[in-house]
Amino acid sequence: MKFKFSIAAAACVAALGLSAAVVKAEDGVLTVGATLSTTGPAAALGIPEKNALTLVPTEIGGLKVKLIVLDDAGDPTQATTNAKRLINDDKVDVILGSSTTPPTIAVSAVAFDAKVPHFGLGPMPVTPGKERYTVIMPQPVPLMAAGIFDHMKKSGVKTVGMIGFSDSWGDLWLGQFKAAADKYGLKLVADERYARADTSVTGQVLKLVAAKPDAVLVAASGTGAALPQSTLRERGYKGLIYQTHGAVSQDFIRIAGKAAEGVIMASGPDMLPEGQPDSALTKAPGLALVAAYEPKFGPRNQFAGHPWDAFEVLKRVVPVALKKAKPGTPEFREAIADALITEKDIGASQGVYNFTATDRYGVDERARIMLTVKDGKFELIK
Amino acid sequence: MDLTILLFLVQDGITNGAIYALLGFALVLVFAVTRIIFIPQGEFVAYGALTYAMLQGGHVPGTAYLLPIFAFVALLFDLYAERSRITGTFLLRQGVEKIVVPLALLLAARELAGVSTIASLVLTVAIVSALGPHLYRIAFQPLADRSVLVLLIAAVGTHLALMGLGLVFFGAEGQKADALTDFSVDLGPLPVSGQNIAVYAATVLLIAGLYWFFERTVQGKALRATAVNRLGARLVGIRTKGTGKIALALAAGIGAVSGVLLAPMTTIYYDTGFVIGLKGFVAAIIGGLASYPLTAAAALAVGLIESFSSFFASDFKEVIVFTLLIPVLLVRSFASKHTDEED
Repeated sequence: MKFKFSIAAAACVAALGLSAAVVKAEDGVLTVGATLSTTGPAAALGIPEKNALTLVPTEIGGLKVKLIVLDDAGDPTQATTNAKRLINDDKVDVILGSSTTPPTIAVSAVAFDAKVPHFGLGPMPVTPGKERYTVIMPQPVPLMAAGIFDHMKKSGVKTVGMIGFSDSWGDLWLGQFKAAADKYGLKLVADERYARADTSVTGQVLKLVAAKPDAVLVAASGTGAALPQSTLRERGYKGLIYQTHGAVSQDFIRIAGKAAEGVIMASGPDMLPEGQPDSALTKAPGLALVAAYEPKFGPRNQFAGHPWDAFEVLKRVVPVALKKAKPGTPEFREAIADALITEKDIGASQGVYNFTATDRYGVDERARIMLTVKDGKFELIK
Repeated sequence: MDLTILLFLVQDGITNGAIYALLGFALVLVFAVTRIIFIPQGEFVAYGALTYAMLQGGHVPGTAYLLPIFAFVALLFDLYAERSRITGTFLLRQGVEKIVVPLALLLAARELAGVSTIASLVLTVAIVSALGPHLYRIAFQPLADRSVLVLLIAAVGTHLALMGLGLVFFGAEGQKADALTDFSVDLGPLPVSGQNIAVYAATVLLIAGLYWFFERTVQGKALRATAVNRLGARLVGIRTKGTGKIALALAAGIGAVSGVLLAPMTTIYYDTGFVIGLKGFVAAIIGGLASYPLTAAAALAVGLIESFSSFFASDFKEVIVFTLLIPVLLVRSFASKHTDEED
C-alpha cells in the first residue's frame, strides 16, 4: 500500500514539476547544455558540431548524460539568452558553446557569473581574472600560425603575399604575420582582401602575382578559401600556397580540384588520425570520432572534433569531481572546474589538453599537424 | 600595371557586369509590373547555382522537392480564394499547373540527375522559374494592392524565408559546378574561356528575348500595360493578377540562368545570392528602376569598378561599389520632381 502511494505521489510531483516547467536536478544524471550556431552565417561550423553531439557517450562515470542543444544563429545576444536558459531553467552541470568567437565570449560571461564550467567551441580571448570556468577546445591561432611560418622558413621563403577575408579572420592572420615576421625572417609584399560572396578574385590575384612573392598565404575559411587557390594557379602562380586551418575540409579539395595539389595547410590532428604514429595521444580519439562520424554524416571536418573533445575531457574530469560532490550541486560544478586543472595529458581528437589556472587552451604542438594535398587526398607532412 | 593586367581586369569586370545586368533587368521588370522591390532575386541566383551544381553532381536538389510543396500551398490559397465558384475546368487547370507539372519536374530531376550538362541546365531553369509564380501567389498576391512599403517588407520576409529554406535544402557548405565547356581562345595575351563567352551570349540573348517578348507578344504587352497603369490595364481587360505571376516567373528564370552561369566561376553558398543580387540592385537603382538600357550600362560600370577596385584597393572594394549609390541618388532626387507614390 505504502509502495503504491509513493508511486502515485511521485507521479503527481512529476506532473506538477512538468506543468510548472521547473526542472529539478535528477540523481545520477549529468546535464549538459549546448548552444550552437546551427543556422546563420556560421552554420557550416554549428551543424557538424550538432552532428557530433549525437555521437558522444550517453554515460560518463556511471551518470546518465542528458543533453540539451539550442541554436543561437551565431548571434551573441541569442547565445546569452540560451546560456541563461540552460543554466537557470535546465540547471545544467556543464555548458558547451558557441561555434564562433563572439557568441562564445557571450556564453563565457554568463558561465562565469553563474559559476558553471564552460567548454568554448570557438576560439576566444580569455580575460585575466575571469578564466576559472571557461576552457577552450579549438587551437589558438598563434599555435597554428607558428606551424605555417615555421614551414615557410624551412622552405626558404623570404617574401610572402597575403590574401584574406575582409573580416576578423583576415585581420587576425595579418596581425599574426606582422607579429612573427621578423622572428622567421619573412617580408610581406602584398596584402589583399576579398569577401566570401565575391564572384571573382582576379584583381587581387593579378596584384599578388605581379608582386612575385615566394609564397602566398590565404587567410580564409571553408570552401571560400578555394577561390584564390584556383585563381592563383590559373593565373600561373608557381610558388607555394599556404592555407589556414579554417580551410581544411574535404569540400576544399572538391571545389579547388587540381589547384589544391601541393597546398600546405595547418590543421587540427582529427583530419588525419590514420597517418599519426601509434604513440600519439590524439590518434585513438581521432580514429573513434572518424569511425563514428563518417558513416552517418559524411566527410570528416575539424568542427565535429570540438564537442567530441569536450566529452573526452568530461570523461576524465567527471569521475574525479564525483568523488567530491553530486551532480546538480554548486559543489559539483566547482569540483569540475578544479579537476580541469588537476587532470593532466587529456588525450582528445584535436589535441592533448593540459589546462592550467591561466592557460585555458591547454594545448601544445601535438594539437597541430601540417597537411598537403596529393592526388586529391590529404597527406601528412612529416 | 601593364596592358595585360588592364585587359584581365576589363574582362573580369565585363563578365561580372553582364551577370549584374541580368539581375538588374529582373529587378526592373518585377518593380515595373508589380511595384515590388524584389529583394529575393539573389536567392533565385543561389537556388539556380546550387540546383545546377547538385544536378550535375548526380544529386536530386532540394528545390525539386520544394517546388511541389510551394505549388501545393499555392493551390490551397487558390482553392480558398475561389471556393464559391469552383468549376471543372478551374480544377483541371489548377491540378495540371500546381500538381502535375511540379511532380513531373521532380520525377525528371530524379531520373535525369547527373545524366548530362544540357539536361541539368534545362531542368534547373525549369524548376527555379516554376517557383516564381507560386511564390507570387503565396507571398505577394494577397498584398498586390498595398503600398510599395508593405510590398517591400513582404519581399524582405520572403528573402529571409528563402534563405532559411536554402540552408535546409542545400546545407551550409558551398557548391561549385563544372564549366559548361573547356573551350578557350586567346585574344592576344588574354585567354577568353568558353564560360566567359557563355555569359556574354546569355546576356545578349536574354536582352534580345526580353525585347521580343515586350514588343511582339500579347502577354509582354499586357505586362507593359500593367506597368504603365494598373487600373487602366484592368479596365481594358488585362488580368493584372496573372501579370504578377509572369513577372516573377521571368525574374526567377533570369535568376536561374545567372546562377547557372555563375556556378562554374565561383563557390555559391545558400546565402551568397543576396550580395550578388544587391549589386544588380545598385545597377537597377541607377537605372531608376525603370530603364533597361540605363540598367545595363550601370551594371557594366558596377562590374568594371568592382574589378578595378579589387586590384587597387581590395579592402575597400564593397565600400566603393555601394558608395556609388549615394551621388546617383543625390542627382536623381534633385533632378526628378517629387510625386506621392500612392496617387
